[in-house]
Amino acid sequence: MRKNIFFLFSVAAIVLSCNNANAQSPILSGISGNFQLDAQYYLVDSAIGAPVVPEKVLSNGFGNLNFNYGNFTAGIRYESYLNPLLGFDPRYKGSGITYRFASFKVNDLEVTIGNFYDQIGSGLIFRSYEERSLGIDNALDGIRVKYNPHAGIYLKGFIGEQRSFFEKGPGIVRAFDADISLTEAIKSLNESKTRITVGTGVVSKYQKDENPIYVYPENVLSFAPRTRITRGPVSFYAEYAYKYNDPSLVNSTYENPQGIYKPGEAIYLNGNYSKKGIGVNVAAKHIDNMDFRSDRNATGTNLTLSYLPALTKQQTYRLITLYPYATQPNGEAGINTDVFYNIKKGTKLGGERGTDIALNYSTVHSIDKTPVASEQGYESSLFGVGDEEYFEEVNVEITKKASKKLKLILTYIYTEYNKDVIQGLSGFGTIYAHTAVADVQYKLNKSNTVRVEMQHLLTDQDMKSWAMMLVEYTISPHWFFAAFDEYNYGNDDKDARIHYPNLSAGYTKGANRISLGYGKQREGLLCVGGVCRNVPASNGFSVSVTSSF
Amino acid sequence: MKKTLLVLMLAFASGATVTAQTSGVPSVKLKDLDGAVVNSNDVIANDGKPVILSFWATWCKPCVNELNAIKDIYDDMVEETGVKLVALSIDDARTIPTVAPFVNGKGWDYEVYLDPNGDFKRAMNVNLVPHTFLLNGKGEVVNQHTSYAPGDEEKLFDLVRKTANGEAAE
Repeated sequence: MRKNIFFLFSVAAIVLSCNNANAQSPILSGISGNFQLDAQYYLVDSAIGAPVVPEKVLSNGFGNLNFNYGNFTAGIRYESYLNPLLGFDPRYKGSGITYRFASFKVNDLEVTIGNFYDQIGSGLIFRSYEERSLGIDNALDGIRVKYNPHAGIYLKGFIGEQRSFFEKGPGIVRAFDADISLTEAIKSLNESKTRITVGTGVVSKYQKDENPIYVYPENVLSFAPRTRITRGPVSFYAEYAYKYNDPSLVNSTYENPQGIYKPGEAIYLNGNYSKKGIGVNVAAKHIDNMDFRSDRNATGTNLTLSYLPALTKQQTYRLITLYPYATQPNGEAGINTDVFYNIKKGTKLGGERGTDIALNYSTVHSIDKTPVASEQGYESSLFGVGDEEYFEEVNVEITKKASKKLKLILTYIYTEYNKDVIQGLSGFGTIYAHTAVADVQYKLNKSNTVRVEMQHLLTDQDMKSWAMMLVEYTISPHWFFAAFDEYNYGNDDKDARIHYPNLSAGYTKGANRISLGYGKQREGLLCVGGVCRNVPASNGFSVSVTSSF
Repeated sequence: MKKTLLVLMLAFASGATVTAQTSGVPSVKLKDLDGAVVNSNDVIANDGKPVILSFWATWCKPCVNELNAIKDIYDDMVEETGVKLVALSIDDARTIPTVAPFVNGKGWDYEVYLDPNGDFKRAMNVNLVPHTFLLNGKGEVVNQHTSYAPGDEEKLFDLVRKTANGEAAE
């Protein structure tokens, strides 16, 4: 901690020593940063099951300071959780400097010391990243070297320990990756219309075995070769990952409480066709025992090495976020298809201003597992699909600009959601839901716009049906006002037919934004990018400030 | 370790005048839609004309609204000022494969690049998307704006005009 403060002062000292009272000096113009604060005042509300907050006010905040000069970059981040907002891991409690790094480039070599984020391939065996809104930050602290010895050849290697809240995890992570664009690297292929990239990553972790009963592998190796082939409008991507035996808390079972000694495997295939006006994407993924962490005892989103996002559509409309899919790293097989189509303006279907259509279909199943009475846990094959359905979804979205002022987005979603498997519960079974959304935007004049969202989720299971309505008024470029209400009108329990009203207003100027809100929030999964976190119900006032410079 | 950092920083700060660079955009490696590596400094080159740098994601509705709204006036903007719009997707491994089909399905004419692990987003201090930067012909940031409200695109057009004419973009 004291060392961190020392570091901060050294940054400040360098900055000041170089500032010749000239605001335009190139050194000063290399300084930038950002800031965000989210605070909430919590009210007691037992009807919605909101936990009591003894502190009444909770807040999350952070600020980054970056320094960039020529080939040199350094940065530092201060974070403060006093105490963390509901829904964030309570282990975040506290404040301090959580991130600092320095990096320089000399010709084709780039060296980073301190904290860094990185990713190998699509992340099957390694991704360190930050998703502040979900409380995820698994940055490494160590050394990274990147080298670009030849056109199209990118090599990198790194070693470090992973962040776990305000501490570091017990494991050491070592990784190497090579990414080679054959098209660029081989002269005779330079002009080829077919572009081929190949690559492979190797990641190994070390964690001491301190268990008195079981023998754990202290070093666990994983590797993942990959390729991408592109020709004109068509592209294809494939990645395969293998992880040596890695018994852990996550893959432990009743029979093998220490974890299973089976290796892990994953395969990810992706095909794309797109040219102006149409785009198609088809993806398939098979995951078998691929939860990979730098600590075999970690759970949740803590200390993850592998990044296994859900292969389903990322939903944003409020009601459908009741049932988001969450990846089952111990085993799942899924496919996902997207079609985007633009019906040209001036045609019969396209109307005067054209129409966009987006279709999506995804399904996720269990994998075929045959239990065996050994430390292996079960037997499986690389493409074996099991009988149990975890998730299925159909999305149809039509975007139409009816006139210069009126814009419509109509959405229909059919969902099958295996609540028991996805949320690790029992007795809920599968939920079958139909959701319809009408999103209407009307521009009153150059700056004033009103937008209305009407959502309806129809289901006979779980909490039954919901309705939601949102009205938003914006005045470009500074103001927004919004009000919405979610209503669980179909609940069998009359007392549980609760309204969840929300009001908010915000002011934006340039890169500064401040917003205030009051609302009741239902319990649910909040998902950003590919990861979800469970947010408990709450009732209260919130303030959010963000800025960057 | 910490001392190493300090020594390095001092060394670079003292010798920094040699490699002074006026660009307000840090040099970060990005990927194009074919998966090839490109440098952020090359991406923002536009023959001395202004550049709009827009951070967005396929799952971000306001971002898509903004880029759709700009689409309607983009041809006029380009003709009048020579501006180009660079759409920087912050989609991660989950949705990256859908970026090219999405962009083509919308019929956008923008240059689109990927920032798969948020390196450029971090370097540009972007907290939330949409976040739009306006760069002048020298590659310096002259204006930035976060969030989107319908009508913002007209104000952006005015700022682009001013920047192209060498006036202050306020």
